Amino acid sequence: MAKLENIRNFAIIAHIDHGKSTLADRLIQDCGGLTNREMKQQVLDSMEIERERGITIKAQTVRLEYKADDGETYILNLMDTPGHVDFAYEVSRSLKACEGSLLVVDASQGVEAQTLANVYQAIDIDHEVVPVLNKIDLPAAEPERIRRQIEDVIGIDASEAIPVSAKTGVGVHEVLEALVTKLPAPKGDANKPLKAMLVDSWYDPYLGVVVLVRVMDGVMKKGMVMKMMATGAEHPIDRVGIFSPKKTPVESLGPGEIGFITAGIKEVADTNVGDTITEAKKPCAEALAGFKPSQSVVFCGLFPADAADFEHLRDSLHKLRLNDASFEFEAESSAALGFGFRCGFLGMLHLEIIQERLYREFNLDLITTSPSVVYKVHKTDGTLEELHNPADMPDPVRIAHIEEPWIEATIMLPDEHLGSVLKLCEDRRGIQKQLTYAGNRAMLIYELPLNEVVYDFYDRLKSVSRGYASFDYQLKEYRQGDLVKLSILVNAEPVDALAMLVHRSQAETRGRGLCERLKDLIPRQMFKIPIQAAIGGKVVARETISALRKDVTAKCYGGDVSRKRKLLEKQKAGKKRMRTYGKVEIPHDAFIAALKMNDS
Amino acid sequence: MTTQTKATNAPPLALYVHWPFCERKCPYCDFNSHVREQVDHDRWRRALLADMRHFARQTPNHILHSIFFGGGTPSLMHPRTVAALIEEAAKLWPTVNGLEITLEANPSSVEAARLAAYRSAGVNRVSLGVQALDDASLRFLGRLHTADEALRALEIARTTFDRLSFDLIYARPEQSLAQWREELTRALSFHAGHLSAYQLTIEQDTAFFRRHARGEFHLPDEDLAADLFALTEDLAGAQGLLPYEISNYAKPGAESRHNLAYWQAGHYVGIGPGAHGRLPLPEGAALATQQSKRPETWLDQVENKGHGSENTETVTADQRCEEAVMMGLRLTNGIDKALFAARLGRPLEQAINPQAMADLIDLGMLCDSPTHLATTPDGRLLLNSLTSRLLS
Ligand SMILES: Nc1nc2c(ncn2[C@@H]2O[C@H](COP(=O)(O)OP(=O)(O)O)[C@@H](O)[C@H]2O)c(=O)[nH]1
Ligand SMILES: C[S@@+](CC[C@H](N)C(=O)[O-])C[C@H]1O[C@@H](n2cnc3c(N)ncnc32)[C@H](O)[C@@H]1O
Ligand code: SF4
Ligand SMILES: [Mg+2]
Repeated sequence: MAKLENIRNFAIIAHIDHGKSTLADRLIQDCGGLTNREMKQQVLDSMEIERERGITIKAQTVRLEYKADDGETYILNLMDTPGHVDFAYEVSRSLKACEGSLLVVDASQGVEAQTLANVYQAIDIDHEVVPVLNKIDLPAAEPERIRRQIEDVIGIDASEAIPVSAKTGVGVHEVLEALVTKLPAPKGDANKPLKAMLVDSWYDPYLGVVVLVRVMDGVMKKGMVMKMMATGAEHPIDRVGIFSPKKTPVESLGPGEIGFITAGIKEVADTNVGDTITEAKKPCAEALAGFKPSQSVVFCGLFPADAADFEHLRDSLHKLRLNDASFEFEAESSAALGFGFRCGFLGMLHLEIIQERLYREFNLDLITTSPSVVYKVHKTDGTLEELHNPADMPDPVRIAHIEEPWIEATIMLPDEHLGSVLKLCEDRRGIQKQLTYAGNRAMLIYELPLNEVVYDFYDRLKSVSRGYASFDYQLKEYRQGDLVKLSILVNAEPVDALAMLVHRSQAETRGRGLCERLKDLIPRQMFKIPIQAAIGGKVVARETISALRKDVTAKCYGGDVSRKRKLLEKQKAGKKRMRTYGKVEIPHDAFIAALKMNDS
Repeated sequence: MTTQTKATNAPPLALYVHWPFCERKCPYCDFNSHVREQVDHDRWRRALLADMRHFARQTPNHILHSIFFGGGTPSLMHPRTVAALIEEAAKLWPTVNGLEITLEANPSSVEAARLAAYRSAGVNRVSLGVQALDDASLRFLGRLHTADEALRALEIARTTFDRLSFDLIYARPEQSLAQWREELTRALSFHAGHLSAYQLTIEQDTAFFRRHARGEFHLPDEDLAADLFALTEDLAGAQGLLPYEISNYAKPGAESRHNLAYWQAGHYVGIGPGAHGRLPLPEGAALATQQSKRPETWLDQVENKGHGSENTETVTADQRCEEAVMMGLRLTNGIDKALFAARLGRPLEQAINPQAMADLIDLGMLCDSPTHLATTPDGRLLLNSLTSRLLS
């Protein structure tokens, strides 16, 4: 158990590619955390890849022992966190486990939007923030300008920002000294009942569920029966350890320490990030503040492209959930797409990760319906319904009004793209809150409805800014909106999988876009097919697929009748990938393409 | 010359003879045709005879209704070979009165000169590969003959044979309705009893396929192709050549009996490289035979094993029903329900999806009568969609 005053816990906040991994390597190396033989490049990154394969995006820690200039040996716990908005709550818990943050900014690039959101979170919980200007070895580095930018944009004192080159090692010693001298030691009392925060957890095939903890008060030991306060579940602790960065067993973890435990927990779903762990027979009086059960923000339907894969999809979702309790799923059926699952995610990135993993690890070819946010439908009878699926929308006459989630978005970009980004935000019903400049970079703060953002905002933003804009957001509140259900009818039959909730002002454009796309995607058939977009009974856009006139093969192949039959068999195999809609056959691919969000 | 037998209850049989050689490979053609400097006609004759005997042993009790010499270019065969094959067939099987014996001929002058000899050999119907009536189109199609040669060949054929058919390929690149009207009108003025008019089809593994993929030429779009098709039916019909199959037109009674065997789930023997056969098996199933495609391989095989079959597989009764629906609906009269039931051992209604049939009748694509199931004029052009629904 380490002495409290010699512990420093810190998080690293950085935009992608600003040098977090390289700097972490340097810190580990300088503290001798790994022998030279073990020290390969980018220790964090190699672990990231492993994590990516095993789980989604998890926090991780490394414990370093640093002999400081004052002669004392300090324990430095480096906390690495996923930097994406989808995991904002997880990030907030990781930050909560530390007393300070290193803010790493590329001195040739400057501050980006994602960095901002995380720094603000750190400041909000009173972190001591130590700014680091990295990559000063680069000729393009402008440490002075970036120092001012940090002060202007973030509003913290950067006069003592440390110029560093994680590449050459310049400034790394100064960083370690700053951690020791500027960051406060954690507080806590070893004699009080155990109070620890569950920072994160993941599934390890050998150890079962591994729980990352930060001890606040009391001591955690092997053999102790712990209790998770949110669920009341009790487990005897069977392993206590730290990451050096290898998993290393220790006797106990005391106040201020960060480490891991295992306790025969079967599923990650049994652990809740942010929960308080205490001792079953001597519990602490009250849990840590700020615990929130995870909540899905974006929903979509996942359907196997081949209906025969339904059971496989179910099993695969269960397997993924072993390790990622933050997504939920429930069986649903669609006339267009057959049997599948309605799934809830923390955000768009989370959705993409799960989709990608189902494809890569489970070999599943999926159809994803348009993502939907959670709407609050206030009905005329005074009741409130949460709507995850546009297909379930109650009859409009029974709806008093609908509320939709709004976000506050921060966008940073070079000013030459400002015009097109402003237009994009306006088109998406955005409300401008702030526009500031730092040098030639603009910072925009906009309020936007989340449903506009999940549609294709991020792709559009990347394309109008040629990839130079960075974007981040926070959920803000629910607001009433003039939302309508846009139905797509093929040959007068509504296609459930294509229904969506949109703002009335967008309905026509969105409907027209979909109709045009479907017109190109649905092959001509024996009769002409009207394609309509409608709000209730009112058609807002229409296209017609003209009838097929001729598909007969002119030539016949003499006695080679098998050739024709084999062609037919191929056609039949192709048909398996068709859905019959009324009398219309729609290829699966047409749905997939119609559902692709990046249109225009 | 042929042993004529009174019609009995014996099941009918058709005989196809494939001659795999051509003077030049046409760029659109994916038939089993090969260009060879030298062909040992005696060896080929002996081999074809041996292949024929092999199949005769497997089709006892059948009565021969037709013989068809196809290719390749059968008008490159020695008339002696044709004669020997016809003679042998008549020894091996009983034949019907007026056995139809067709030979495909290319309209070059040399070949036209041989037509009389084929008639002496027993051929009573000739099918000329005219393809087009203007030199530019013939060059595009890679043909060796000119329009004039084609006209002369037609003339000779008409005086030599009672039954004459010729082939045209239309819906060629840049072909307009007016141009086709003019060309077809001229073609119809020869008063042949039978015409095969095929829309140009781009087949995989042909020179045209590659050139078309590179965008060197474009085919008429679907609408123009449909209009060209309708025009063909109108013009031919006006001259008394009624469309009896998607691409075939005939005066009543002048239909190709041989091809009807393919379209009506008949049995047939196929000899020569790449030829296909359908031999009877119990309970509506059939044995599908395919001869080796490469001429040299086939020849060696016949000489060593006594037959040229590379592949024989059972086509189940279910599969034959599918074939019979696909092929039968190509006919204007459609599927003869009684014949279907007799040949496949089950009623037509059992072979097709009743819901699809009802829908297609509703849509005006199919027309059902107590004796026949047929396509309507609209439905005929959409036969691929139709069959894939009916057989789903
Ligand atoms: N020149 C220079 N390159 C650096 C420095 N630090 C990191 N890099 C490079 O910047 C890129 C991104 O670094 P990385 O540590 O992976 O960034 P991360 O995405 O924040 O983890 C890599 O190519 C590094 O080699 C530095 O101080 N100087
Ligand atoms: C077995 S082939 C050829 C017979 C003969 N060797 C000839 O070329 O005249 C029978 C007919 O099929 C037609 N044909 C062949 N390939 C075709 C294609 N790719 N598209 C349309 N018709 C084709 C031609 O009209 C040809 O005469
Ligand atoms: S079209 Fe006739 S002549 Fe031309 S290659 Fe084919 S079979 Fe031979
Ligand atoms: Mg990295």
